[in-house]
Amino acid sequence: MKSKSRNFKKNAVAALANSTLQKALQNAKDGFINKRKIALDALPEFEQLRSNAYKIKEHTLKNIEAYLKQFEQQVKNSGGEVHWASNTKEAQNIIVKLCQDAGARSITKGKSMVGEEVALNEALEKAGFETIETDLGEYIIQLAEEPPSHIIAPAVHKSQQQIADLFKEHHKKYNFKSKLETIPEIVDEARKVLRDKFIQADVGITGANFLIAETGSTVIVTNEGNGDLTASLPKTHIVISSIEKVVPTLEDTSVLLRLLARSATGQEITSYTTFFNGPKRNTDLDGPESFHVVLLDNKRSEMLNGEFHDMLRCIHCGACLNHCPVYNTIGGHAYGWVYPGPMGSVLTPLMQGLKESQHLPFASTLCGRCEEVCPMSIPLPQLLRQHRIQAHKEKINSTRSRLALKLWALFALHPLLYRLATNIFVKLLSWLGKTTGSISQLPFSHAWTRSRDLPSPQGQSFISAWKKQQKNKRMSKHD
Amino acid sequence: MRIALFATCLIDTFRPSAGFAVIKLLEQAGYQVDVPELQTCCGQPAYNNGDLKSARKIAQQTIETFKQYEYVIIPSGSCAGMLIHHYPNLFEDNPEWKNKATDLSRRCYEFTIFLHDVCKKISFPIKNKISITCHDSCSSLRETGSKQQTRNLINSNKNLNLIELNDSDTCCGFGGTFCVKYPEISEQMVNDKVANIMATGAEILVSADLGCLLNIAGRLKRLKSPIKVFHIAELLAGETDKAGMGNEI
Repeated sequence: MKSKSRNFKKNAVAALANSTLQKALQNAKDGFINKRKIALDALPEFEQLRSNAYKIKEHTLKNIEAYLKQFEQQVKNSGGEVHWASNTKEAQNIIVKLCQDAGARSITKGKSMVGEEVALNEALEKAGFETIETDLGEYIIQLAEEPPSHIIAPAVHKSQQQIADLFKEHHKKYNFKSKLETIPEIVDEARKVLRDKFIQADVGITGANFLIAETGSTVIVTNEGNGDLTASLPKTHIVISSIEKVVPTLEDTSVLLRLLARSATGQEITSYTTFFNGPKRNTDLDGPESFHVVLLDNKRSEMLNGEFHDMLRCIHCGACLNHCPVYNTIGGHAYGWVYPGPMGSVLTPLMQGLKESQHLPFASTLCGRCEEVCPMSIPLPQLLRQHRIQAHKEKINSTRSRLALKLWALFALHPLLYRLATNIFVKLLSWLGKTTGSISQLPFSHAWTRSRDLPSPQGQSFISAWKKQQKNKRMSKHD
Repeated sequence: MRIALFATCLIDTFRPSAGFAVIKLLEQAGYQVDVPELQTCCGQPAYNNGDLKSARKIAQQTIETFKQYEYVIIPSGSCAGMLIHHYPNLFEDNPEWKNKATDLSRRCYEFTIFLHDVCKKISFPIKNKISITCHDSCSSLRETGSKQQTRNLINSNKNLNLIELNDSDTCCGFGGTFCVKYPEISEQMVNDKVANIMATGAEILVSADLGCLLNIAGRLKRLKSPIKVFHIAELLAGETDKAGMGNEI
């Protein structure tokens, strides 16, 4: 998907004006936050788990080459194959080729954010394959031809009515004509449509939440079971994932799984946690005949030893989105690419270029709630600041804001000049606000006064008033 | 003992009465308070906009200005977070200044924390019953960690009836330059905050951060709300009979 992050401001304004979206965001926010809180309150060892998880990931990242090698060897041992993709184009080509080699016509897909990152559906459709998303949320946005707006709840921005309308339009061809009035009716119709797709598919593509080095397993967590049908019914199972998902052992995976489900949906464990190990063995009754893992780098190796290293601990739980006041105000699409919210505002500039996505690191109040809830202790505000430092260095941000900052710094570094300017500013604003106590219009200040008054100062600056008071005290002592 | 007040640029400019309230309380606790005249701003606008060079220079100036004081009191969670946590980080490659910054950070206290943890016995002259609500700034929640101290200070006076805000851990949408760079998003955020404030039915809103207060008071005033807005020092010093922020003097 082509990034629209450049238009962040415009996207955000449109999102604020979209009342259906605003209602959906409000509903989703409270649900996610409350459920996570209940799950965490019931888990006194959360902080201990969090610190273990940190150690596990840091150890893995330090030895990532060795663990990836071990993972590859174990996949081979179980009869599968690992393919390395250094960028999105390579990942697309590898998967298109694998599907062609499998003689595929129809492909089912489980939910995968790395799949979104490499725009896999577009590539597969362009190559002539019928590709069907089988996660309900992904299926909905596929019909709507939209990108996901949330990394774990891709259609969270859609209302029930919008989904019913989409189904009515797209399911006509399957002879479904009844009006869908309840959520169970909607789910039931999706299930019926998808059942045939599962059976017809020649290739199933899933993502992976974790890759286990000691066993060569790929792990997915789902609540719908669609991932299992996608992986086990077709003759070929392709896993698309990225290199930082590797974890040394099953034991380590269990620590991360406990954090992931609680942080994401507030569940102790998701309905399905599935470990895939290679293709069908001789003794197995069913399963895919061939098994491929495509591992994407896409700038991650560069992040390993740089300032954004911490971001590689991310397990994509979405807690930072759910607790971000900016995300909850504008939703995921405004961010313009596949990863929204705080984690997206760190990743998108790294993957799409800082110039293209320059708004994202600045569109945050750095309130710190993301870091507070992150199960992997990722210092997201500091990483956003890191992008801001880079933007300043490369002179990417607007000339106007750079000039304003320069002028302000000049004053702040010359205390006497600063006093003089403050006193003039205070006198002027106090005069402007003298009758009402606040100012409702001010030149060059529309960004503030469009929605707020400016409480007026109190006649003189604090330091001036203080100096005067001290002087009077001294005088009265002398008297 | 002589202690210094880092008044913060926003109190200096917009709310001197909050600065005087802080001094009144500190004097009541037995301290003699100095206000070094050469102080300007803590440097957050530069720091948060990626201009590390200016941020470092401003930090060095602040460190020098306050080097002789045993305590430096900061009536803002956000500026306190800057001096206490971010100044030392600014000098990772400069051991001499890293030491100086760390030394300053040890002597710095956010105002409500100092009042609660250091000035133990202090009583607040609040004569009439008042219903209030309290906004915790993001930095007071997550950088200086003063939520409990603020609650204890308020609850120590029987005349104060504290009504807690819904979504009290959500940002008000100020965010320094954020509020003017992304005014539409900021407006929605402050609207949500103001709706929660109005829903409490409290007569007065207090906070220990003037940035949030300017934002919230400005929005309340625009919506013609009668809720009065004060820095928490003004409340504790018994000065809420005076004009609140944005009110007619």
